[in-house]
Amino acid sequence: MSDDLILRIVSKFLIPVIVLFGLYVQFHGEYGPGGGFQAGVILASALILYLLVFGSAAVRAVVPLAWLRWQAAFGVVLYAGTGMATLLLGGEFLEYGVLAADPVAGQHLGIILIELGVMLTVSSTIALLAMLFAGEPDQS
Amino acid sequence: MMEELIDVLLLAALLLVALQVIGSRGLVAAIMTFGAFSLVCAGLFVTLDAVDVAFTEAAVGAGVATLLMLAALQRCGGESEAAPRVHWGALVVVLGVGGLLVWGTLDLPPVGEADNPAHQHVAPRYLEQSGVEIGIPNVVTSVLASYRGFDTLGEVVVIFTAGLGVWLLLSSRRREEGE
Repeated sequence: MSDDLILRIVSKFLIPVIVLFGLYVQFHGEYGPGGGFQAGVILASALILYLLVFGSAAVRAVVPLAWLRWQAAFGVVLYAGTGMATLLLGGEFLEYGVLAADPVAGQHLGIILIELGVMLTVSSTIALLAMLFAGEPDQS
Repeated sequence: MMEELIDVLLLAALLLVALQVIGSRGLVAAIMTFGAFSLVCAGLFVTLDAVDVAFTEAAVGAGVATLLMLAALQRCGGESEAAPRVHWGALVVVLGVGGLLVWGTLDLPPVGEADNPAHQHVAPRYLEQSGVEIGIPNVVTSVLASYRGFDTLGEVVVIFTAGLGVWLLLSSRRREEGE
């Protein structure tokens, strides 16, 4: 928790930019460098900056720890669930081609889904680690 | 020519930063310098055209790992010991192992040659077919998300499990403190 006015204002300005860049890296990962993993780390770093400047109570008001835990698990479920869906549609595990009538469109859909799963798990896990290590002790 | 110059500069910077990490007195300074080490590594990955890896190294190695080490230091209240004198036995072992590793690299094929074994296995197929099969320009994404999707699922599970482990460890310690 910092009382430095410049730090508070600059980070307030930076955090939305970091989140926007994280989303760009997520959804532009098929064309440029990046993907779910990098986007997850960038999104987590926005939350970590908020944690460093405004303290863990402020972060917990935005995202409760329980939410982060659910999100980490949901990312894995979304990834593995995409694999199960391809199994149920008659393909092999994680064979995205069967997700749509056109195999290439299916590949696109599958990659978007699993990258979303990667991003959800990575961002929430890293934010959770930072909260647990750096946050003040709590009763949760 | 330009490429060699950048390589030499980056490697020299890497060496300098590494020496600085060893020589720094305080643990906080060592951790911050270690972050700089990761950043120079990321630069080296860019010169190897591995931008996705460089991206990850810059974000995780220089950013998150540095922060986690600082946080761990804050929690454990680690204090740096006085800079130790040179331990000659350890220096001999390190130089010996380092020399053997450098000697081992002499048998490696030259970097970037098209007929290296690494470029002969599945890489040509990925490069030639992924545009037709997956239809996205970034082949790295095609390989990670589709061709090697099972491996990436494993990585995500590893990250999830690691986070779960840290959460269980730290939150149980807290409960004991609270009682």
